[in-house]
Amino acid sequence: MNKVLIRRFGRGVTKTLFLLFFVVLLAFPFYWMFIAAFKQNIDLYNVENNPFIFNLKPTLDHIKLLFTETRYVRWLGNTALVGALVVLITLLLSIPAAYALARLTGRWGERIGIGIFLTYLVPPTLLFIPLSRVIAILGLQDTIWSLVLVYPSVTIPFSIWLLMGFFKSIPRELEDAAMVDGLTRFGAFVKLVVPISLSGILTVVIFTFTLVTQEFVYALTFISPESNQMVGVGIPIFLVRGDVYFWGSLMAACLIASLPIAFLYNLFLDRFIAGFTVGAVKG
Amino acid sequence: MAVVQTRNLTKIFKEGELGAVNNVDLETREGEFLVFLGPSGSGKTTLLRMIAGLETPTSGEILIGGKVVNNMTPRERRIAMVFQSYALYPHLTVYNNIAFPLKAQNVPKNVHKEKVEWAASLLGIQGLLKRKPRELSGGERQRVALARAIVREPSVFLLDEPLSNLDAKLRLSAREELERFHRRVGTTTIYVTHDQVEAMAMGDRIMVLNKGVVRQFATPKEVYDDPADTFVATFLGSPPMNLVENDDLIVGFRPEHFRLAEDVKEAKVPFKFKVENVEYLGAEFILSGLIMGGRLDGKKVVARLLLGHTYEVGATYDFAVPERQLKFFDRTTEKKTQARALAWA
Amino acid sequence: MGLNTVSPDAALSSGLEKPGGPRPKRAKVKSMGAAQSPMLGAAMFGPAILYIALLIGAPFVLAVFYAFSDARIGSNELHYVGMENFRSILQSPSFHQAVKNSIVFTVLAQIIVIVCSNILAIALEKKFRGRGLVRFLILLPWVAPVSLGTIGWKWILDSIYSVITWVLIWAHLVKPYDAPMWLGQPKLAMASVILVHCWRLIPFSTVILLAGRTAIPKEIPEAASIDGAGFWRTLFQITLPMMRPILSVALLFGTIFTFTDMTVVYILTAGGPFDSTQTLPSLAFATGIQGSDLAAGAAISLFLVPVLVVIAYLMLRLASRTEGA
Repeated sequence: MNKVLIRRFGRGVTKTLFLLFFVVLLAFPFYWMFIAAFKQNIDLYNVENNPFIFNLKPTLDHIKLLFTETRYVRWLGNTALVGALVVLITLLLSIPAAYALARLTGRWGERIGIGIFLTYLVPPTLLFIPLSRVIAILGLQDTIWSLVLVYPSVTIPFSIWLLMGFFKSIPRELEDAAMVDGLTRFGAFVKLVVPISLSGILTVVIFTFTLVTQEFVYALTFISPESNQMVGVGIPIFLVRGDVYFWGSLMAACLIASLPIAFLYNLFLDRFIAGFTVGAVKG
Repeated sequence: MAVVQTRNLTKIFKEGELGAVNNVDLETREGEFLVFLGPSGSGKTTLLRMIAGLETPTSGEILIGGKVVNNMTPRERRIAMVFQSYALYPHLTVYNNIAFPLKAQNVPKNVHKEKVEWAASLLGIQGLLKRKPRELSGGERQRVALARAIVREPSVFLLDEPLSNLDAKLRLSAREELERFHRRVGTTTIYVTHDQVEAMAMGDRIMVLNKGVVRQFATPKEVYDDPADTFVATFLGSPPMNLVENDDLIVGFRPEHFRLAEDVKEAKVPFKFKVENVEYLGAEFILSGLIMGGRLDGKKVVARLLLGHTYEVGATYDFAVPERQLKFFDRTTEKKTQARALAWA
Repeated sequence: MGLNTVSPDAALSSGLEKPGGPRPKRAKVKSMGAAQSPMLGAAMFGPAILYIALLIGAPFVLAVFYAFSDARIGSNELHYVGMENFRSILQSPSFHQAVKNSIVFTVLAQIIVIVCSNILAIALEKKFRGRGLVRFLILLPWVAPVSLGTIGWKWILDSIYSVITWVLIWAHLVKPYDAPMWLGQPKLAMASVILVHCWRLIPFSTVILLAGRTAIPKEIPEAASIDGAGFWRTLFQITLPMMRPILSVALLFGTIFTFTDMTVVYILTAGGPFDSTQTLPSLAFATGIQGSDLAAGAAISLFLVPVLVVIAYLMLRLASRTEGA
């Protein structure tokens, strides 16, 4: 047997082993959520039973409990509403801003762009305390409107970055031609640039929505009452009755909330990554 | 220095489709500058990469210096390769780029300096050793790539279209430098290109490839004056050879052999030529037009003529081709066939 | 806009004769109207800038302000107290623990993540059947909401019902009733927090590194192979150095995500047992919101700033270096 083939085979085996290890490590918790969500409690809380399989028939009880006896559906609704509103605000503010910055030649455009990127580095865990006071003063404490107000500050900077890169790749000549044909600069923007950038805008929509669903600190800080909470905070905080964890329903809740977001995010991953890397490594 | 041979070398990328390289046999001579010439997709680069060890053959053997190297890694084959993009390591200085092969083969460090400076001086880049690749011009990068290749004194050089990325003006001087380099160093070299001018100028022998098959493997003169088939006939020479169909034959003659009958002093075949377009290129004319009358009536042909006469569009002239410059190809196989005497009435 | 944001461009020659290297010519022609409407430009990015200033800039200033005051939840009083808050937290042992934890968790997590994501990026580079599915599975920790993934781990690390414990018992490595309290013993709890952070970050880092790897022209590793370099030498002397900008991006973002996160700690251990897993952000939350001491909370969270400033500086340097290249 020759060296090259052996080496290649060995490399393939190692690669597969590593891949297997990481896939298991990374995806296992979700499989675990799935199992717990459908396992009967007698099975679930029995240390003797093999935890990896269904020893008794799977059940829908946990899911039923989740949807009928908790505020889960309400949280999903809250999250969806806040998400939609924040997306709207973000689009309204970041699309024109990104366009103006993309077309602005010279040092100022760069400086403002970098400034915006730097604000992305100011974390919610720094701002949540003063903001909690501001929210209280504004009378928005305990309402979803506090989040509708604050979340765009998290989503706008990155959206501007994403869109800036996108707009920069549209040749100026296109707009020049439109203006020669009679459109004003703003008209060219609305009628020409925006329609072309639809996929970039869609990316921002998805990104903004996933950010809203992922957020934890602000929602935890600003909102106390159960019925007004978001799904990311409601599940860990309120699905625990006293010190008792209803693990079955808890896992079901996590799974149901995670998967659609995972799918969406995955579809647009390449764009997000480009946004991250363009941010620090100009392409 | 070694001889490269391939026996029945084949590379198939997709099952059931025609291979990128089909049953290629070749043998280089020691120290020769061999050119693989062909259009894109002809398999020339795949062939080179198999010799380098970057692609595994589907079948067939590759031998370097008489040893079968199919199962050897590129490192073990003692070959050096210059890529189209030069593939210089962007984060290393010129010095470290050239020294890298020495480092990789565990040559003791105190020897590095001497060898790098020797390679650098061979290519006249001693002054660039501290620079990084991004600070260099195209021509300088080529020289660094060559220095990196020569520093480990390989038995064979493989060059993959190294001049393609240079702009036209630079290409000529870079080409001359390569030729000078080869004369100086004398290593067996295989050079891949799609440019027939480069091939003719540089090659000791040219292997013409199309669709993974060798069409002809001969000296520039043979390939030009005695093409093995219509592909070779039209691929070499600019403008390409005129080819006209006649019964079961294809008749060919090069534009430079097609001129005024009165200027042809040897045995010739006459044609009436109606000029449709005249291009004046400063040192010569390129005329395109139609043959009038006779068996080849209406066929489009091109003539390449030195100055001396004037030609008018629309006028018909008495042209002729020297008999010995007529080439004949079989119409079905497109391969060279016996010269025949024909009646050209 | 593709993934090709890192271009170790020097390898590709564009053939210009000018020494000083090839430089893309940017059209100096001012686009019609760009100079004509600075008003329109300002109007277009004005609102966004205002929003950011009001909701990020202003609170930041407020945080500093509160740190020097006696602000409390439920009280409208606000007095200047000088360095009092800082003095008291600097003396608090849980603060020291939190600072230590923040640094240790972040550094250890980054090390583990960089090594693992490099391995994964190498494994995922070449196409293979099912690569899309594998990528989806591998990405789940990052794309699922932080809190939900962390709860999942809380169940996996449960003192009684942990699946890890079950496997260890089954392999006879641990006696039943002597099971480790994954979240109840300080050292194990710390390891668990680091584990969850790594679990979340590895996918993110892997995808970024993959982008960096694919940006390297394939001829470079081929040239290295011809030059005689084996797998390890190519990796450490050619590939990784060429990926330095991308590695920096992954590292810097990873550091931010770990250092400024409070969610994982809050849900997994709530800072326990006995403050042993508290980090700066989670301590700020515990003190400021749960403990109602807004001023102290603000002061604690301000200690994040030096690290963030350093990171911002490094990112700016990275950006200018690659731009000027």
